[in-house]
Amino acid sequence: MTRRRWQWAIAALPALFLAWFFAYPLIRILERSLRDGNGFADVFGDGGVMGVIWFTAWQAAVSTLLTLLAGLPVAYVLSRFRFPGRALLRAIVTVPFVTPTVVAATAFVALLGDGATSLVAILLAHVFFNIAVVVRTVGGLWEHLDPRLDEAARTLGATRLGAFRRITLPLLRPAIAAAAAIVFLFTFTSFGVVLILGDLRWVTIEVEIWRQATGLFNLPLAAALSIIQIATVGAALFVYSRYQERRSAEISLLPGSLTARAPRTWGEKLLLAGVIAEIVVLLVVPLGTLVARSLTDGIDAYASLAEPSGVLAVSPGRAIANSLAFGLTATALALVIGMAAAVTVARGRGGLSQWFDSLLMLPLGTSAVTIGFGLLISMDRPIDIRASWWIVPLAHTLVAVPFIVRTAVPVIRSVPPRLREAAATLGAAPRTVWRRVDAPFVARAAAIGAGFAFAVSLGEFGATTFLVRPLENQTIPTAIFRLLGQPGSANFAKAMALATILMLLAAGAVMAIDRLRSAGDF
Amino acid sequence: MRFRSASLLIVLALVAAACGSNAAAAPDEIVLVTHDSFAISEDVRDAMETAVGLPVRIVQAGDAGAMVNQAILTKDNPLGDVLYGIDNTFLTRALEEDLFREYRSPLLDSVPSELDLDHHVTPIDVGDVCLNYDREVLGDIQPSLRDLTGSEFAGQLVVQNPATSSPGLSFLLATVAEFGETGDYTWIDFWADLRANDVKVDSGWEQAYYGSFSGGAGEGDRPLVVSYASSPPAEVIFGDPTAPAPTGVIEAGCFRQIEFAGILAGSNGGEYAEALVDFMLDLQFQEDIPLTMFVFPANEDAALPPEFVEHTVVPANPARMDPDEIEANRDRWITEWTEVVTR
Amino acid sequence: MLRLGDLTIRYGTSVAVDSVDLQVATGEVVALLGPSGSGKTTLLRAIAGLERPSSGTIMWRDADMSAVPVHRRPFGMMFQDYALFPHLSVARNVAFGLEVTGADDVGEHVAESLRLVGLDGLEDRPITELSGGEQQRVAFARTLATRPELIMLDEPLGALDRELRTRLLGEMSDVFRRLGQTVIYVTHDQEEAFAVADTVAVLEDGRLIQSGSPDALWTAPKTEFVARFLGFPVVDITADGAHAETPWGALPCTLPTGRHRAALLPDAIAIGDDLAGTVVARSFVGGRWRATAQPQSGTALEVMVRNRPEIGSDIGISIDPDGWASVGQSRDDDTTEEVQA
Repeated sequence: MTRRRWQWAIAALPALFLAWFFAYPLIRILERSLRDGNGFADVFGDGGVMGVIWFTAWQAAVSTLLTLLAGLPVAYVLSRFRFPGRALLRAIVTVPFVTPTVVAATAFVALLGDGATSLVAILLAHVFFNIAVVVRTVGGLWEHLDPRLDEAARTLGATRLGAFRRITLPLLRPAIAAAAAIVFLFTFTSFGVVLILGDLRWVTIEVEIWRQATGLFNLPLAAALSIIQIATVGAALFVYSRYQERRSAEISLLPGSLTARAPRTWGEKLLLAGVIAEIVVLLVVPLGTLVARSLTDGIDAYASLAEPSGVLAVSPGRAIANSLAFGLTATALALVIGMAAAVTVARGRGGLSQWFDSLLMLPLGTSAVTIGFGLLISMDRPIDIRASWWIVPLAHTLVAVPFIVRTAVPVIRSVPPRLREAAATLGAAPRTVWRRVDAPFVARAAAIGAGFAFAVSLGEFGATTFLVRPLENQTIPTAIFRLLGQPGSANFAKAMALATILMLLAAGAVMAIDRLRSAGDF
Repeated sequence: MRFRSASLLIVLALVAAACGSNAAAAPDEIVLVTHDSFAISEDVRDAMETAVGLPVRIVQAGDAGAMVNQAILTKDNPLGDVLYGIDNTFLTRALEEDLFREYRSPLLDSVPSELDLDHHVTPIDVGDVCLNYDREVLGDIQPSLRDLTGSEFAGQLVVQNPATSSPGLSFLLATVAEFGETGDYTWIDFWADLRANDVKVDSGWEQAYYGSFSGGAGEGDRPLVVSYASSPPAEVIFGDPTAPAPTGVIEAGCFRQIEFAGILAGSNGGEYAEALVDFMLDLQFQEDIPLTMFVFPANEDAALPPEFVEHTVVPANPARMDPDEIEANRDRWITEWTEVVTR
Repeated sequence: MLRLGDLTIRYGTSVAVDSVDLQVATGEVVALLGPSGSGKTTLLRAIAGLERPSSGTIMWRDADMSAVPVHRRPFGMMFQDYALFPHLSVARNVAFGLEVTGADDVGEHVAESLRLVGLDGLEDRPITELSGGEQQRVAFARTLATRPELIMLDEPLGALDRELRTRLLGEMSDVFRRLGQTVIYVTHDQEEAFAVADTVAVLEDGRLIQSGSPDALWTAPKTEFVARFLGFPVVDITADGAHAETPWGALPCTLPTGRHRAALLPDAIAIGDDLAGTVVARSFVGGRWRATAQPQSGTALEVMVRNRPEIGSDIGISIDPDGWASVGQSRDDDTTEEVQA
């Protein structure tokens, strides 16, 4: 095949996937719902629903800002300083991201008690869940930035803050924008956190869609809200990708091993201590309560995981195996589709590539209920996969692909064309150039994205519950939810034990990927 | 390009091979669609396939509300043959959509007639949503609903939001049935008094029971919670079986949820689907229900486990409500409740 | 003027800079010469305030700099590989220091600095589109733009080709002279150091071994390390005041009687008849030839000749008796110290 045809073929893979598993079901369900009535009239006629839309937007903006403020110092410390326990801290930061919302939200309810207003609890929980996105996305770039750029600014007379504002911040901007976009999407479409902590006094569009669709059977209103949600998210994404396009500067990156060093001054040590304190208070304490409660009867809760459980239908051990199988399948699918998409987006310039970029992120910003119902009414042809094993990893892939794309595109774009040209002049054929020059960069980006994809799949709960699944295919989060739905301290401890195992699996995956990554660093 | 399409075809072929289709003319399996709370013991599961005479695939479709909605959306090409887990709060909606075909199981003779609401569906189990109390804090009590608005119960009750929680809705229905919509003390007056008495509202059963309730496995500080009549035996079975039961059931303000099974109208399962419904009403399955799903069997001949006999009360006179009345008023009641309690 | 007193920088157990005393007078150009890893860059970073000394003092015009943060020190630094800001244009890079310090007439100063390095007209170019030589000039202009009292340059010509290095070196020297600039110039290349510096200071393993004018260093290397770094042969000899026993045989030598570790200075080697050798290699070095002559014993020596020497021909070599520099005691004598070391 010619080079051009290859590029089209690579672009076709994610496009077809998105069209078949996202766009088609979405259009089917929206069309089907709006046949029953005009939901938009209800939306704009009802002040309550307008209030929901307004709340969704501003809480997402505030949550994103708070997550950035909380995450940037952590990203800085974890990417720029070398100290014992750094790998562990990195893993801990990622754990909340995979903790099922129902588990963590219950921990927040117990920790905060009646005293905290639900709004504060929602914002705190959003920071808790999403700080990993900021730390990993921004940290991933930060650790490769040449520290001498900042130092040069300082010797030219810039204060620490001035150097950060004028040099580091602009250079990090693509990563910060990417992290902010993802956090905004997540918090804009927040479901479990708002449902549990918001007490229905604070309601996002996503919660309202769920309530209208499954509780009140008002599909037209749910569909209208879905369209508003998608339109808002789509517009935000488009602005973001335009911005990204304009901003991406070629930066020469350094291996992380060269940029990180031990903290030396008192100020640096104080910062490190502050960040550790932040991680402990914000992340370790809520997670720690879960672990502590799994151990109320010693290790009984763990010992009993292998046995079939009365309320579970399958043993928790089976649920763990299921989660791993779904996670690996979804990661593999997401890697193939996501890397093809990333290469397409990164190579292409101009309008088409921007549209494609935004479109890929759209599933993250689409109501899980809507997608679940859409898959339900459209995936029976040509073959009926609605209730098959594959529906779960396919849905997880839809959610995981944007992570791969978001981490990979900036890295692929940062490969200086000069490197490629240099390799070509050294006698390398285009395919060899790709293998020797691009591939090492891309492989690292892929590893980061794969870690995210796996973690996302492990902890995914919202979309999974709206799919039709064979009884035997219980995942860890659905098993936890089921156990939490029954009285009895043994059930509760078992749920917490499963949550702990989920956290350990996620942390293990993250640590393995970090190790892989630093070994293959340039 | 050709290479790419070829690999896509392979993927599709794999997907096809992995899942098979249930649209064939003669059934090669029976699919049971149920909600996420479904559970079954392994030996009963095996017996189920023997009784039906075909492999039985069980698929879960979210909570009860989502499940009913999904069944309605897929009416023309149903996900399975039998739907189990629809309760009296959602029944009318499903019947209006002609979701089920008629079927009368011979075993219905052993089911109390007040549970048998419609020819299209078969009652399988009964669960009473009841107030639970922390015996360690309150001792043994049996207050009336009205008593809960008194100062001695101030700040002690936690309930679930009826808009997001099935037991929350049931308790709301119980109060509507108890106090009515007219007269000098309506259900709205009752809830206004509860609110003045500092009732706590959580969005789900999990948060209320584990987060706010003080009894049993709960970590909160409120000794009264809306839960199930089967929760105290569960506390014993999944707690310390040697200690005295930590929680008890209050008989006032209970609401009876009946769960039904029905054969989906588009099913070609024929007699196999009927055999599945019969099996679910037969003793083996009925006697498995209490310890897997923590509800009471509909079949009167089924024996109850000793913990159920010892640690719970079957409320003598739980509130009942006609499914049509629920369907007609549910949204309005929830809206009114929201106005009174949370705004 | 800059005065470093007993400056030491330690990382854990390793010592990057070891008790360095150094003075740089106003208007003086000091070259820090040493192989990579000798602590040159760390020393620069400490002066700039980017590294915290473990002990010792850094005085500037008799004021202690230890409490002065990086951005308040009146020093400029040009980094190895330049550290140009990739997201800013040429002009914005050069203007950076002026902007952050709130200087007036930024545009004028930028234009002047760019003119000084011959880059006027490239103001709006992105950094990534510049050639290596142009990047070097931008970095130089950026460092000069704020008119720092002391400029430090870290291997400023490291990555460039030879021809460009020679030209840029000349241009930079010219700028330093015109501005009367105080400079510390870090390099591992002795030619560069001798060409640019008033004073050359040699670093080995973080220690300052010798500093002095280029010719002082050239005629009297103090240690074997310095002599070898400059490319001089270093051998053990036994002197009697007029001659010495050397690996090449008996040669004229005015070093005092005794055994020496001695460097043979290149200028001391000429055509003559103290030693016979065979030409094994030659190279033309502009107007003269450098012949590599292999005596019957010892290592080969290099000698400058006027006419093209034939490979394989015999050549006579003379040694200036004053051309020996003692760089320590003979190794045979001093086995104890070596065992200790």
